[in-house]
Amino acid sequence: MRAQFVLSEIGVGLRRNLTMTFAVIVSVALSLALFGGSLLMSDQVNTMKGYWYDKVNVSVFLCNKSDAESDPNCAKGAVTEDQKKEIRADLGKMTVVDKVTYESQDQAYKHYKEQFGDSPLAASLTPDQMQESYRIKLKDPEKYEVVATAFDGRDGVQSVQDQKGILDNLFGLLNGMNWAARAVMALMLVVALMLIVNTVRVSAFSRRRETGIMRLVGASGFYIQAPFIMEAAVAGLIGGAVACGFLVVARYFIIDHGLALSEKLNLINFIGWDAVLTKLPLILATSLLMPALAAFFALRKYLKV
Amino acid sequence: MIRFDNVSKVYPKQTRPALRDVSLEVEKGEFVFLVGSSGSGKSTFLRLILREERCSHGQVHVLGKDLARVSNWKVPQIRRQLGTVFQDFRLLPNKTVGENVAFAQEVIGKSRGEIRKSVPQVLDLVGLGGKEDRMPGELSGGEQQRVAIARAFVNRPKLLICDEPTGNLDPQTSVGIMKLLDRINRTGTTVVMATHDQNIVDQMRKRVIELEKGRLVRDQARGVYGYQH
Repeated sequence: MRAQFVLSEIGVGLRRNLTMTFAVIVSVALSLALFGGSLLMSDQVNTMKGYWYDKVNVSVFLCNKSDAESDPNCAKGAVTEDQKKEIRADLGKMTVVDKVTYESQDQAYKHYKEQFGDSPLAASLTPDQMQESYRIKLKDPEKYEVVATAFDGRDGVQSVQDQKGILDNLFGLLNGMNWAARAVMALMLVVALMLIVNTVRVSAFSRRRETGIMRLVGASGFYIQAPFIMEAAVAGLIGGAVACGFLVVARYFIIDHGLALSEKLNLINFIGWDAVLTKLPLILATSLLMPALAAFFALRKYLKV
Repeated sequence: MIRFDNVSKVYPKQTRPALRDVSLEVEKGEFVFLVGSSGSGKSTFLRLILREERCSHGQVHVLGKDLARVSNWKVPQIRRQLGTVFQDFRLLPNKTVGENVAFAQEVIGKSRGEIRKSVPQVLDLVGLGGKEDRMPGELSGGEQQRVAIARAFVNRPKLLICDEPTGNLDPQTSVGIMKLLDRINRTGTTVVMATHDQNIVDQMRKRVIELEKGRLVRDQARGVYGYQH
């Protein structure tokens, strides 16, 4: 097959259908930008969950040396071995408790590094600044209060946190947004596919003379269909590139600059550039293959070969 | 070259068959006229040869192949060995004469060198030497049909199918076209031509096949048109 011939056919086709091509590009770009956005939002949620989120319900943080100086809850000094044993034993007696895990300062340091590895705050931390803790899984997650009342204010305990409770509201919001994004994405995807099918139909109709002659002189089915499929693929790829641009710009303005959430909410760990960049090939591949497949199936209906 | 064995064709949603039990054979190098009134099955006959349609009963052999057994994706291979000429020329209006002829070679992947050599050659053959760069719209009907014949012949088909090639042309121009088709026939190419043109059939004295309501009613060597409209 002669590449130049095919390329010129594609160019002619795209220009002839300029408005349709534009509509395809915009709808593909929007649906894939939402697709990418939804993937990134899931990433963001996972990044924020940290090591213990899915494993425990309640954390009992114990006083360390620096807490003893600064935190009124720890006025009686850092936790002692006896206090720890006592707390552990009391936890074991509680019927609502399913499982207790002890996290040492070194382990806490390690998990913190895993989650916030590249932030400036993490770089300045040392293991003895971390807190020891008991991570507790409850038989019934709603029974958090039982543990809280039993240990809040006890000597050596800095705080009792219902970690899920803190994050669940935020995650609920993010999940809601994620589902909304997916719904709009699905809708835009349907629009994009219908536009592609229609573009192919119009295109096949306006070129029926050429394709009829191609058929008569024995051009292969693939040769006749290729320009239409590639037209759709090229328009889709442009849309995919626009979607990639959207995501990069969005990450830049929401997290780093403009809204600058990373400065305003510096306790939250945000997704890095690597999360964005790894989504781009997937989006480009989708933008290329999806319209090509749609065109292929549309041609089976509208172009006799 | 072509063999029909008890061929019938019924189109979907129609009760009357377009062709009924037609059997005939066309040898290599023959020139055959296909005559019959409108609706007699001439077009169906040609469409079966081109494998635009499949027959309902019987067998159609073209170039030694049973068309029923040729899979869809191999049909182009067969069409490359057939040339087709139509009443309405079917040229691409936005391409020059040379490009129109070259199109038939481009789409089957001939090299550019080959195309540059064979296009002027075939245009000379049909009497349009030097008109390569003209647009089809600038040419007379007869000249446009010559371009179409050049396009059909440029890949040197073994069989040329013509569906009323002179239907849109005046008698004098038609004679020119017939002389050209005769010349192509003399190079060894088999020609099957459907026509309504009584004068041409009577003058040429070639084999005549007549269809009536889908039946083969006459197959005559060196025949005449034979019936009045």
